[in-house]
Amino acid sequence: MSTATAVGPAKALTRYRLFWPAVVLAALLLANLAFTPDFLAVHVQGGHLYGSLIDILHFGAPLILVSLGMTLVIATGGIDLSVGSTVAIAGALACLHISKAADPGSLGTVLTAVGIALGTALALGLVNGVLVARIGVQPIIATLILMVAGRGVAQLITDGQIITVTSAPYQLIGGGYWLTAPFAILLSALVVLATALLTRSTALGLLLESVGGNPVASRLVGIRAMRLVALGYVFCALCAALAGLMISSNVSAADGNNAGLWIELDAILAVVLGGTSLGGGRFSIGGTVLGALIIQTLSTTVYTIGIPPETTLVFKAFVVIVVCLVQSPVFRAKLAARGIRARRTTRPQAVAPTKREVGA
Amino acid sequence: MPQQPVLQVRGIRKEFPGVVALDGVDFRLFPGEVHALMGENGAGKSTLIKVLTGVHPADGGEVVLAGQPVWIAGPLQAQQAGISTVYQEVNLCPNLSVAENIFIGREPRRFGMIDWAAVRRRAAELVRELELDIDVHVPLHSCSIAVQQLVAIVRAVSVNAKVLILDEPTSSLDRDEVGQLFAVMRRLRDQGVAILFVSHFLDQIYEICDRMTVLRGGRLEGEYRTEELNQVELVSQMIGAELAGLDELGGGARRERTAPARGTAFLQADGLTRRGAVEPYDLVIERGEVIGLAGLLGSGRTEAARLLFGADQSDGGTLRIEGVETTLRGPRDAIARGIAFCSENRKTEGLVGELTVRENIVLALQAARGWTRPLSRTVQDDYALRWIRALDIRPGNPEALVRNLSGGNQQKVLLARWLITDPKLLILDEPTRGIDIGAKAEIQRLVAGLAEDGMAVLFISAELEEVLRLSHRVGVLRDHRLVAQLENDGGLTQERVMATIASGAEQ
Amino acid sequence: MSAHTQLPRVSADKMLARLRGQIPLLVTAVLLVTMFSVGSVQYDGFFSGQVVLNLFIDNAFLLVVAVGMTFVVLTGGIDLSVGAVVALSTMVSAWLVERQGWPPLLVIPLVLLMGTAGGWLMGWIIHVFEIQPFIVTLAGMFLARGLCYTISIDSISITNPQYTAMAQTRIPLGSLFVSPSAVIALLVVAVGFVVLHHTRLGRNVYALGGSEQSALLMGLPVQRTKTTVYAISGFCSALGGVLLTFYMLSGYGLHAVGLELDAIASVVIGGTLLTGGSGYVLGTLLGVLVLGLIQTVISFQGTLSSWWTRIVIGALLFVFIVLQRLITARRR
Repeated sequence: MSTATAVGPAKALTRYRLFWPAVVLAALLLANLAFTPDFLAVHVQGGHLYGSLIDILHFGAPLILVSLGMTLVIATGGIDLSVGSTVAIAGALACLHISKAADPGSLGTVLTAVGIALGTALALGLVNGVLVARIGVQPIIATLILMVAGRGVAQLITDGQIITVTSAPYQLIGGGYWLTAPFAILLSALVVLATALLTRSTALGLLLESVGGNPVASRLVGIRAMRLVALGYVFCALCAALAGLMISSNVSAADGNNAGLWIELDAILAVVLGGTSLGGGRFSIGGTVLGALIIQTLSTTVYTIGIPPETTLVFKAFVVIVVCLVQSPVFRAKLAARGIRARRTTRPQAVAPTKREVGA
Repeated sequence: MPQQPVLQVRGIRKEFPGVVALDGVDFRLFPGEVHALMGENGAGKSTLIKVLTGVHPADGGEVVLAGQPVWIAGPLQAQQAGISTVYQEVNLCPNLSVAENIFIGREPRRFGMIDWAAVRRRAAELVRELELDIDVHVPLHSCSIAVQQLVAIVRAVSVNAKVLILDEPTSSLDRDEVGQLFAVMRRLRDQGVAILFVSHFLDQIYEICDRMTVLRGGRLEGEYRTEELNQVELVSQMIGAELAGLDELGGGARRERTAPARGTAFLQADGLTRRGAVEPYDLVIERGEVIGLAGLLGSGRTEAARLLFGADQSDGGTLRIEGVETTLRGPRDAIARGIAFCSENRKTEGLVGELTVRENIVLALQAARGWTRPLSRTVQDDYALRWIRALDIRPGNPEALVRNLSGGNQQKVLLARWLITDPKLLILDEPTRGIDIGAKAEIQRLVAGLAEDGMAVLFISAELEEVLRLSHRVGVLRDHRLVAQLENDGGLTQERVMATIASGAEQ
Repeated sequence: MSAHTQLPRVSADKMLARLRGQIPLLVTAVLLVTMFSVGSVQYDGFFSGQVVLNLFIDNAFLLVVAVGMTFVVLTGGIDLSVGAVVALSTMVSAWLVERQGWPPLLVIPLVLLMGTAGGWLMGWIIHVFEIQPFIVTLAGMFLARGLCYTISIDSISITNPQYTAMAQTRIPLGSLFVSPSAVIALLVVAVGFVVLHHTRLGRNVYALGGSEQSALLMGLPVQRTKTTVYAISGFCSALGGVLLTFYMLSGYGLHAVGLELDAIASVVIGGTLLTGGSGYVLGTLLGVLVLGLIQTVISFQGTLSSWWTRIVIGALLFVFIVLQRLITARRR
């Protein structure tokens, strides 16, 4: 009856949810040491932190944000394919506003731009949420619509051009430094912490996990599932918009075509790597952050080793399949059945009735 | 019967993790008979059918078909061997035409292409042979459920089935439709097909069946000719005498009840109904009263209870809670009015398996508070530990995942979840099914105690013993109708309840 | 299981029920005619046979891919790898022909075989391990795109005479012409139609989309059908890649980016239910034509930018998906 028996400390450690993602990340970082001996070194130059680790965090910040939103959506048993488009739209809107403004460098302009971007994202997330929660469209399909149309909208906003902006406050978001660290790192850390706090110190996390884990039971205990699911999509869109601001700010330009391209896939991968099941239910924000860092480290590694960066895709493909196989109950059952099979074969191999009078 | 049985099952055994579903069951089916397979929940009916149709491989025993032992490896092999099945949920493709549903997988072909003209012609012929009036051209989803069932039967017999298994085909049919189905069954029987018929409607069994086999708890209870066994005997065979291990509760005698104060109705239903689920019924539940709902599986017990919780919407009748007329738009409304509901399907409708015991216990209370007003961890731990101790939930670790608990402990977690919401009416649907004797006794004791403290309880169980033991009043359901409400004032016996179930009128 | 389904229905109702399933297809047909009429009135030179034929020429590869996608969607699955497999096919073709000097007659069958095998493998994983199709085909997408880049980061242009001949051949039709690729694409549509409507495999595809559980209990070969469907999609993607190679005369890892979305959009706009079980390959043809016509109109308009294509496709997808949802909701 009871499974909770005392386990050795080593086993307890490997059971810990974040153990395997952390091991993978550590292994990747160590592997880098072989190629770049000073890989783990962090130094201060001109009051700013520098080093490969800082780069990984810095360039990984948008992915962390998008993955964070994706985590909550996946926890409710859904998926959001439209985050890449949202990234592009948010960046485009913000840059358009700043470039049109009389005083692009003023804080007010930048805040308005950020407001516009986040407000639009809120509306986009609401559309996804209503389609999924209210109208009952499958999440992949519902968000596919915005994925398709969103790129077009982003290009419409930028008029197909790359809008460049010169605005010091805007540049801070993705490319600036604050308290010696890149602002993007601090911002994403702040959002991650706030989300962790919001989900774990309120009942939000529990209710989300319940809805994703067993929708029928959740209805019967009186959880307002519809609202929660919609909220997940809205939050995801907001995170994506923030990431979009970061990406466009980092290069001081908005590119409707390429900003956030494929980021939905990386985000899904990060979530899965972090140990959150695609089936919904239990989620781990810490795991997602580790997952996003693994992906970013991988990109950095590939880059420093000199392999064409695009080939990371091959690696990602294998990771996705392996992780999904490991999560698949059928796969586990088959592995477990391996040992039993030998016994099974002794069963009388009686008549498999051959075709008899199978007329029509 | 002088003939050879067409299908004979000897000593079939099937185990699932932790449960012996079939324990050495024998079963015979003769050509040209309609044979009822009877049994309550967990009796092993559906497992036996799944073994015969190749869905589950048997762990032991043998199946002999037309004198030859066979090993049925899957649904296709079963069909090829001459065993066809029609399930309660129509297992056809709604998007395809009637003709195609009859022939898919074995369409007549010409030059490798499907000969559509032949498909339609032969489908129409088959339909006519059974004297049915079905347009074979229309898509299946445009047909009524009854017609869909008939199409499934046409498909089943068109493979030259020797054995036709009908697994609750009548559960969503009306009287005329059942008549139509029976006409087809009689025709097939006269053609020499052996029909295995499963239904929860006793009248139907007695109307159509020649013989019956009764299973209980995975064992064979007996095989009878229909005229040998009257309805009361059948019901007692199915339900059986309860195990003697529960006497610790009140020393075996019915416990002394503090009679509930009349006139303090917590809930009053007048003509509450939902089409296809339960006929209009009246029910008053007083504070401090335990009402038992008895009836066979599929008699509408659960359906009636779900209306009181807003899990399903009623489409007729009125509901008064504490004297105020109310419409429940969903479980949330019911919970807000102090109603709690423990579903019989613990895994699918009750617990969230990947959450911990603590989380599952606080879930309903937390949902009622909303996400912005979280229960602090201390309070959660307090609730969890208190109820783990009170109900002796094992393992006693609030952080254990609920899916790793045994059935009885899962049931206790579910109970704890609702008890911390301090409900005024607790609806328990089969709370003791599939759990061990000790846990069963504890749950019964708990229910009795709660009622003494003034809580109203609606207690649904297939086991008459425990219904009688706990209830002040017993509502009897039969064929989706609340046929009687019997006062349990000491003189109520299992026999009387069974007779009421069997006859459909107060005895 | 609502009680409504038990009511006897008159045949007019049945007609309506049958018709209701066709609403998306009717809408698409009306849309196609309207767009063409408006275009003809609005722009000079729009109303010509060649404009119509160009739809087939320019969208030949999309049409082939969309036919494969139709098979998958009919079973209730989805294949996100098609664009990447198309790109990989162009890349492998270009590399083998140009860099390795293999004859096209060997390369093309090899590429087709590769696509088919890849699709089959994905189908097998989806069925055996019960992993959602979208995640498996997503991995397939990563893999195929990644493999492109392991061959070459840059575009490989093709100068092989047989390929250029295929690119330049025009099959005259009176005063008009079509390309061999367009003919091949229409052939694929025809074969797809015959397979879906006149073979057991095709009917099993519909049955699977109608209800996998039922298909299993009716003794249909569920696993074989499922793997075959993904293999067909893989084959069609590879063939689409071959046609795209003829069209672009190059192999490139960034070819056909987002093609999976166009293919899915064509299938949906063509009236196939995303939940499976209902739809037609001819509807997909209409869907592809709608997509092509949007592009044609936009290019004739001149002032509208190309991104309007995406927005319009997205809007159409939205309308059709909500429409589908309303129709299926009422059927229950």
